Amino acid sequence: MKWATRANIHIDRAACAWLIRRAIDPDAEFVFVADPADVPRDATPFDMRGVELGHHQGDCSFETILRHYDLADPVLWRIAEIVHEADLEDERYDAPEAPGLDVALRALSMVCEDEQVLVHTGPLFNGLYEYFRRATLLGREPA
Amino acid sequence: MPPDGTAPRAPGDWVLLSYRVPREPSTPRIAVWRKLKRLGVAQLADGVVALPADARTREHLEWLADEILDLGGTAGIWVARPAAVSQERELASSMAAARATEYHAITEEAMAAAHLPENRRLSTARRLRAEMRRVNRRDYFPPPERERARRAIDGLRHPAAPDRAQETER
Repeated sequence: MKWATRANIHIDRAACAWLIRRAIDPDAEFVFVADPADVPRDATPFDMRGVELGHHQGDCSFETILRHYDLADPVLWRIAEIVHEADLEDERYDAPEAPGLDVALRALSMVCEDEQVLVHTGPLFNGLYEYFRRATLLGREPA
Repeated sequence: MPPDGTAPRAPGDWVLLSYRVPREPSTPRIAVWRKLKRLGVAQLADGVVALPADARTREHLEWLADEILDLGGTAGIWVARPAAVSQERELASSMAAARATEYHAITEEAMAAAHLPENRRLSTARRLRAEMRRVNRRDYFPPPERERARRAIDGLRHPAAPDRAQETER
């Protein structure tokens, strides 16, 4: 399937793209557009204004996608807290990892094209998933 | 200042949010107001706020515009340029002054804690650093008070530091 989002991706879009490939559509193909009007007709838009898979009721797009596809995995929701705080900084959650991840993503987007950002952040989010999976099992930080 | 194009630099882009939130219910209206405050917007007029345009400020205001539409209000996002450098400078200095007040309050709190026992000094420093980060995020035109506040907090952790800092300032 084809998925579309705004160009110059940051934390929420990078995390959503990873989530889509991991939990919804392993063969997802991503298109990055400058204007909402440029979304191809056969693509599902996400993290854009006025679309279903965007920000709603104070949720970031990552949280919206989790709700929309009934993904109840607590590890994904732990990652959602970090993405939410890195993206919205509204202190809804206690996610001390967020400011660091926010800077890392902003820095990466300064030297990488969107496609490349996804190549780099894929393993990072896989790693975060493994880290918080172990943390959930142990009930404490794994290392 | 020269009235024509000989001004030192051209005004930059600003992102504007024009909005109207229904008066009732008041809870979401206040939530919107809090979010604007957290972003450190400049209030240009009733229902018009501005931030220097960059990817982050624009995105924050765009999501907020959507939120206001969801509440049954009206909202528009504009990218605009002040017609004169002087107008931009005025806007920037009013924003810097608003941040300066916040930094000043942090400095005062740090100074007031300077004589406390070490554990209370350190816990004050932790709290003020978090507050400092929040203010930094909405500080687009850093005033000198920013550095002063940072030093005042450092002073809580290393009581000898503020004196040394003043020495080098002279």
